[in-house]
Amino acid sequence: MIYRETGQYKTTYEADQQLFPILQDRIFVLLVIAFAFGAVPFLASEYLFRAILTPFLILSLAAIGLNILVGYCGQVSLGTGGFMAVGAYAAYNLALRLPDLNLLVVFVLAGLCATVVGVLFGLPSLRIKGFYLAVATLAAQFFLDWAFARIGWFTNYAPSGSVSAPPLVILGWEVVGPVRKYLLVLGIVCVFALVARNLVRGAIGRSWMAMRDMDVAAEVIGIRPLYAKVTAFAVSSFFVGLSGALWAFVYLGAWEPLAFDVNRSFQLLFMVIIGGLGSILGSFLGAAFIVILPLALNQMPGWLGVEMSTALISHIELMVFGALIVFFLIVEPHGLARLWAIGKEKLRLWPFPH
Amino acid sequence: MNIFQQKWMTGLLLAALAVGALAPMLSGVAGFPQWLEVVLGGLMSGVLYSLVALGLVLIFKASGVFNFAQGAMVLFAALTLVRLMEKMPFVVALAIAALVMVAIAWLVERLVLRPLVNQEGIVLFMATLGVAYFIDGIGQIIWGSDIYTLDIGMPKEPKILLEKTFEGGILVSMEDVIAAVIAAALVGALALFFQKTGTGRALRAVADDHQAAQSIGIPLGRIWVIVWSVSGLVALVAGIIWGSKLGVQFSLQLIALKALPVVILGGFTSIPGAILGGLIIGLGEKLSEVYLGPLLGGGIENWFAYVLALVFLLVRPEGLFGEKHIDRV
Repeated sequence: MIYRETGQYKTTYEADQQLFPILQDRIFVLLVIAFAFGAVPFLASEYLFRAILTPFLILSLAAIGLNILVGYCGQVSLGTGGFMAVGAYAAYNLALRLPDLNLLVVFVLAGLCATVVGVLFGLPSLRIKGFYLAVATLAAQFFLDWAFARIGWFTNYAPSGSVSAPPLVILGWEVVGPVRKYLLVLGIVCVFALVARNLVRGAIGRSWMAMRDMDVAAEVIGIRPLYAKVTAFAVSSFFVGLSGALWAFVYLGAWEPLAFDVNRSFQLLFMVIIGGLGSILGSFLGAAFIVILPLALNQMPGWLGVEMSTALISHIELMVFGALIVFFLIVEPHGLARLWAIGKEKLRLWPFPH
Repeated sequence: MNIFQQKWMTGLLLAALAVGALAPMLSGVAGFPQWLEVVLGGLMSGVLYSLVALGLVLIFKASGVFNFAQGAMVLFAALTLVRLMEKMPFVVALAIAALVMVAIAWLVERLVLRPLVNQEGIVLFMATLGVAYFIDGIGQIIWGSDIYTLDIGMPKEPKILLEKTFEGGILVSMEDVIAAVIAAALVGALALFFQKTGTGRALRAVADDHQAAQSIGIPLGRIWVIVWSVSGLVALVAGIIWGSKLGVQFSLQLIALKALPVVILGGFTSIPGAILGGLIIGLGEKLSEVYLGPLLGGGIENWFAYVLALVFLLVRPEGLFGEKHIDRV
């Protein structure tokens, strides 16, 4: 009864094309954002901030970036971890070598560095397609892994290759403690989720989707493949690089190249697929699922009251994780976002389904 | 971009590769015997990469699934064999391990592939990633996660060949030679199986066109079980050879990552491509490791194969022998 758009007449183009055309959706989204900014900082425990909320938000941003590339433009990439590393190390070097730079500027510049690298590794996508491209993007992953581990300049010649972030200060506001870190990340993620949402429904987003659905047909109707694919790689790498910088500076604090290895790429791809290809909401849902699942599996033996060695737990975790992934793909190959959409559709008809 | 499509680009690329391969010797950095030693070593390890790549190609050909679990299957097969050999003779253990691999193939078809039929390639790929996690987990729960030595009587001592021709001769690892012979025999057997048996013909029909094959009465499900079984057995052979070389341990499954550039270089759908791709990658990797590595600070073997494959793909986007793809609206 409550979720119904009866009586909401659209009399202007603006009203028809707005971000959330249904009034209830607008209210719901605003409530969620208000809750995240206003209530969560007072309600959540420190563990919740550190272990779940902050990593969830940062990885959502990366998942949005990957979703733009895989879900909207149809170019499968397995090099996401490498691009995150570019963002992280670029931010580190910028903060190190230009100490007066505002931290937010550092983050954005780090994202731009990742953009450049992403475009470079995205150029082969004009020739190489499908799984060939997926494997070819692994070249980016392994090359970047190697570059950050072996080229001393990137890590300022740190002997172990491990570097740490400087203290986080933005215009005199010290970002210390889990609550402030959470608020910083939340603010950035909100802004860029909005940017992404607007990009994908604009002309550029439509050209990406045309590329995804059939590149030859898109070319025939006048979409330049070079422009569409390269912009997709650029925007996606920017998001991924930005999240890499956040991951390193805000979440990890101190890190080494291993934090961004190929498993990170797979993890992000899981998020995108399980959340739903071609959906911004899906990126959030997928990130939440993949962040929470291992933690829940880890706690499981404790809840059940079974004593197990840590090695055995980690093996069972691996097994259950794999099985759940397969199960999820079988039950809903279009991801959590699809489930959400189905739920909303049901709610619109309820309680009179005719 | 049109310049890449010219035929002579392929020739140019191959020529550049040949020059690159010969460069260390011609520039006088290395003498002929040392160079030959590196080349032979590269070719041998290339054959081993081909073994893993072969399993990937078989499955992709017949079912269009990019099977990321191949590495996990190699590890699982080797682990099964090694732990069974503690209790029984080699032949019995081998037979049981082979049966286990067939059982896995059947389970994968039943529980994963059949419900996911007609899904997009990327979804199937992610599903095999899930399978890989599952097999990794269950393998270590059942068989333990230590490093085991697999001894099937392969000679460990390297042999010195051509002593009369060159001063000091060249070192060749006999283990690698035997592995190469086994791999060659396996490829021959597979070629016969594909060309001369009824099942092989059915497999090729499925590879050509799923729907057409199904419409003339080829049971798709059974073909998939067969193909996954065959690639499970290939994984077993690869596991035996790699396991006796490096010891059976968790890192064994990472060779799947080594096999990926081989597959894209050779072409996803071509068995000869897997072999030739393996040789090129093995050769390039060894040469670059020995002669280029010191200049760049070492550790380049992790990415060199991928970059080599990437350059190759720029000229031939379907790999060396992959099916030519004609885009139509």
